[in-house]
Amino acid sequence: MAFWIASSPHNHEQSETSGLMRLVIYATIPGIFAQWYFFGWGNLIHISMAIITALVAEFSILSLRGKKIRPQLLDGSAILTAVLLGISLPALAPWWVTIIGSLFAIVIVKQLYGGLGHNPFNPAMAAYVMLLISFPVQMTQWQPPLSLLAIDLQFSDTLSLIFSGYTPQGYSVEQIRTHVDGFTMATPLDTVKTNITLGLTVVESMESPVIGKHFGIGWEWMNVGFLLGGLFLLTKKAIHWTTPLSFLSSLFICSFIAFILSPDSSASTMFHWFTGATMLGAFFILTDPVSGATSVKGRLVFGALAGLLVYLIRKFGGYPDAVAFAVLLCNMAAPLIDQYTRPRTYGHNVGVKK
Amino acid sequence: MESVIERIHKGHFSHFHGGIHPPEQKFLTCTKPIASAQIPEQLTIPVRQHIGQAGDIIVAVGDKVLKGQALSASDSPMQLPVHAPTSGTISAIKASVIPHPSGLSETCIIMKPDGEDTWCKRKICPDYELLSKGQILEKIANAGIAGMGGAGFPTQVKVGTLAKIEYLIINAAECEPYITADDLLIQEHSPTVLDGIKILDHLLAPKNILIGIEDNKSKAIDTLKKATADIEHIHVCVIPTKYPSGGEKQLIKILTDQEVPSGVLPSSLGIVMQNVATCFAIADAVINDTPLIKRVVTVSGQALEKPQNTWALIGTPVGFLTQNCGYKNKQHKHLIMGGPMMGFSLSNDQIPVIKSTNCILAPSEEEIASPYSTGTKEVECIRCGQCADVCPAQLLPQELQWSAKAKDQQQLTNLNLFDCIECGACAYVCPSQIPLVHYYRVGKAEIRQQKLLDIKAEKAKVRFEARKKRLEREKIARAEKHKKAAEARKARMNSGTSEAKTEKSAVAAALARVKAKKAQSSTDKNASPQESGNEQVSDQKSQVANAIARAKAKKLAQKAQLTDVQTPKNDSDTTKVDTKEASAKPKSENAPVTDKKAKVAAAIAKAKAKKLQQAKKTDDSVAKLPETKTDNDVNAALTDVKETAASPAQDKKSKVAAAVAKAKQKAKAKADAKAKTDNPVELTAKSQAKSATAKKEASPTPVEVIEVVEVVEESDSISAELPKQSAAELKKAKIAATVAKAKQKAKAKAATKNKTEKPTDLSSDETDDSISKKQEKPTSNNDNSANKELTAPVTKNSIKAKAAKLTKAPKQSAEELKKAKIAAAVSKAKANAKAKKLAKQSQTESNSENSEQKDDAKANEASASEIKKARIAAAVAKAKAKKLAADATKSQTSE
Repeated sequence: MAFWIASSPHNHEQSETSGLMRLVIYATIPGIFAQWYFFGWGNLIHISMAIITALVAEFSILSLRGKKIRPQLLDGSAILTAVLLGISLPALAPWWVTIIGSLFAIVIVKQLYGGLGHNPFNPAMAAYVMLLISFPVQMTQWQPPLSLLAIDLQFSDTLSLIFSGYTPQGYSVEQIRTHVDGFTMATPLDTVKTNITLGLTVVESMESPVIGKHFGIGWEWMNVGFLLGGLFLLTKKAIHWTTPLSFLSSLFICSFIAFILSPDSSASTMFHWFTGATMLGAFFILTDPVSGATSVKGRLVFGALAGLLVYLIRKFGGYPDAVAFAVLLCNMAAPLIDQYTRPRTYGHNVGVKK
Repeated sequence: MESVIERIHKGHFSHFHGGIHPPEQKFLTCTKPIASAQIPEQLTIPVRQHIGQAGDIIVAVGDKVLKGQALSASDSPMQLPVHAPTSGTISAIKASVIPHPSGLSETCIIMKPDGEDTWCKRKICPDYELLSKGQILEKIANAGIAGMGGAGFPTQVKVGTLAKIEYLIINAAECEPYITADDLLIQEHSPTVLDGIKILDHLLAPKNILIGIEDNKSKAIDTLKKATADIEHIHVCVIPTKYPSGGEKQLIKILTDQEVPSGVLPSSLGIVMQNVATCFAIADAVINDTPLIKRVVTVSGQALEKPQNTWALIGTPVGFLTQNCGYKNKQHKHLIMGGPMMGFSLSNDQIPVIKSTNCILAPSEEEIASPYSTGTKEVECIRCGQCADVCPAQLLPQELQWSAKAKDQQQLTNLNLFDCIECGACAYVCPSQIPLVHYYRVGKAEIRQQKLLDIKAEKAKVRFEARKKRLEREKIARAEKHKKAAEARKARMNSGTSEAKTEKSAVAAALARVKAKKAQSSTDKNASPQESGNEQVSDQKSQVANAIARAKAKKLAQKAQLTDVQTPKNDSDTTKVDTKEASAKPKSENAPVTDKKAKVAAAIAKAKAKKLQQAKKTDDSVAKLPETKTDNDVNAALTDVKETAASPAQDKKSKVAAAVAKAKQKAKAKADAKAKTDNPVELTAKSQAKSATAKKEASPTPVEVIEVVEVVEESDSISAELPKQSAAELKKAKIAATVAKAKQKAKAKAATKNKTEKPTDLSSDETDDSISKKQEKPTSNNDNSANKELTAPVTKNSIKAKAAKLTKAPKQSAEELKKAKIAAAVSKAKANAKAKKLAKQSQTESNSENSEQKDDAKANEASASEIKKARIAAAVAKAKAKKLAADATKSQTSE
């Protein structure tokens, strides 16, 4: 007649880490859809390659470490990392870039630091930065939106480009990126940055075909997709509202101040919000609990710092976008932020408040 | 700024941080009336059911008790009595499993109800306002009322506070899922509850009474509102349902927007909180004179056919209640006392209901599929921070968890682990399914344990320091005492009376006799046919035996010395008896003998000084004949004892020999001491004769060694010289004894010298200086060992053990100097270890030895003043004393 002995509490919300991860993966779908719609199959191919590599890497390392493989392999964290990495890579980057990045993210950034819950850096962003520094040429060959391409890009063409560097018709990535008018197209951020160094004003840059009229022709829609996904996560309480809010407002404030001071050389606040990886970073990268700050105050500081860094690097740094760098820098600062933003425990330091 | 009351009337409440909304599950029981109490076959009443000390049991096994009769009595506020819940017989008073998360056993009174339920005499008090506050408090205390919400804090302490109370808060929040006991109590017994509240009002005179109740108990709220409608300062505060709003600190925050500072009671803020059930119990106790013997218990859970609230007698086994409600589970039985959030699992269903038990939960398997039941689903923390979001104490559960896993107690304390109320909200929401509360409980227990250890260590330190100081004081006092004693002895010795002389000679005679006896025994052995040529081995053995014998002799002297110390005290009554040491030792000695012994000791001391002198002489002579010196010494050692014992059983033999020698020594010392006073002259003559025979016997035995004879002749010549100076017979006897003793000493020295000098023997071209240096070394060595032996003279065993060690050591190192040294070092180390154990004795005794030596030296100087060499002897003795002192300090420091 054995009685169960258990420690309180005896009931549980029945939430699971894997459920949380799944939810975040689902939330990327609108953004990925926009990416597919405007940029073609490239990133989907990268995402699938990254997921396979990540799972294989995770499996090998877990077996080496003698951990329980099934629950940890399927907790979704490796898949999420792979998805985020796949989203951020240039659509036409060669296949090995994905493989290397994925392996680096899982083996070195995640597992060598102790696996889920112990990695100090966001694996996807660390891998992205590693790739960007190691393979600058491949990592900056951004594909312009399909509508601007002179050549029609089908699934098979994309696949061939990724694995061989040429379409079956013999076009190279560089040729694909060339506008009908004969110049190589870059991302909007890149364009603005280059034009400013060329002495052009931001308003003049906005005339560029990659930026498009009114709302834009690709990058902006992608960001909207991720914003939607992020809002979905917020309603599901899978992520805390503090980090995205403080990050976006910090970026807004920084760009607004700069825009007020010098409208000719500074892009608008909305331009900063809806280009590059801003929304992805705000809702999917910075909210990574493992490498972020934990307390409410800490998260506010963390997000604000990230926003500031993104703006500074975009404006003054050598790279057109800065989310990955900002995230890594903030990851480094997170333990310190946590240390100094501990909430006041109930009944401690009860001040003279009335 | 609106006042708290205005705000409450508007229905605005402040919020505590965090909180969760677990499924309430109150519908299972909240609509059914409270079942009346049934009497089980047996009641188990833990003596301690509250926070504080258990009352003193005032019944015995077999006693017949009536319902409501006190089973234990209290004499302090934190003690609470327990009462018989029904009439019956006390069947046992024994340790039994109590309802506690630990599952530990404590003293319980086991009672067999007789089923008649006969009340003891009660005094109904219809108007409590006629009673004084003190009387009401006394009634509450005598009823054994403790907080019935869970913690079980003695109620009369809480309501007996002298602080000015602004808010009396009645806690009817009942935030835990499943539990409806308070809800039903209010619904059915609101008049009594209100009476209780009024009594508290009378006691505490608060400005406002706030009844905190969650908005999910509409019936109870209505009842309360109706009942309190005509009382202006009672406010029914309907608060939003959120776990854990029923926590004391949380409810205070909700209702008054104040935070209770950590480690402070709410009464310091002018707030007192009481549970609804406690109010009911207070009313019952004050008005009806009914002690706390029953309470409402929610028996709920989907494993029951008819979950319901029921009155339960304190001490009713949980199984009795679940049975009445139709418990279905046959296989996976899981009973929880308390709610699903903070309750604890029971290890069996015979555990009794106590004063703070508000719920028995019997969940079905599906109902509470807690991951913490199996503990297998825990994964790594991903720092999602959900736990910190729900923590009502605003702690950082994830950081606490890491520190708890790392056992970082400092960090745990910094993170305010002890502000955790173990509500379980963090573990409830944790997606990684980490049993956080469990980690905190372990962490808290470890910190408490560590604190206890720290306190103990601190106490030990203080004790040790006090002891050190005391020993220091005692040492100084003892030194002073010895000095006085020595002076007294010196004066007596130098008085020149015949008595003093007799004293001296008597001791000398005794020593001589011992010597003679030894020689005798050795001759006997020599005569045995086992003589062999293995000289070296037997050599060392005999040396060892000698050393032991000498040590024992010293020990005896030591004892005598101690008695010596004591005796003058007893005689003169000048100082108090040192109870610690002096009295412990001489117990073994015969009281009448002590006087004599003291004299003997004095004589021995004298003899020693002489002996040293003698040794010096021998050294001189050795210096004259360097090439034969070592041989002399060696063979001198040989002559005395057991040359024969080269057989395999050497160790044993030498031990036996030592023992025999010791026994004889003792016997003789006693006999002599007795005989001495009778007719000393005769004795001296006898001893003289004996020593003579000893010499004669000793010399012819080892025929092959000529040097022996030389030694004997030498010592004879010395003794021949000395008599010339002193013609008196007594003196002669003394000298004879000295010679005998000197020989002994020489042999003991030789024993060590032999070890060290054997290799140098081969190179015979050594200078005198080097030899004398070497002699010094072994001497010191010898002294050390002797000292060591003296440090542990309390038990014979220790000496025997040492004897064994000593005999073994030389056997192993028959020829090698190094080995011998190592052996010596080992034995020294061992002796040191023992010295540690006997730290006190060793210190005191080495000290006494010390002072004894000094005294010896002085006495000698004064008495044998004619001889110049006495000075040298004194110097030697002083050196020795210094060495001993060094040794003593060494042992002190090593301690």
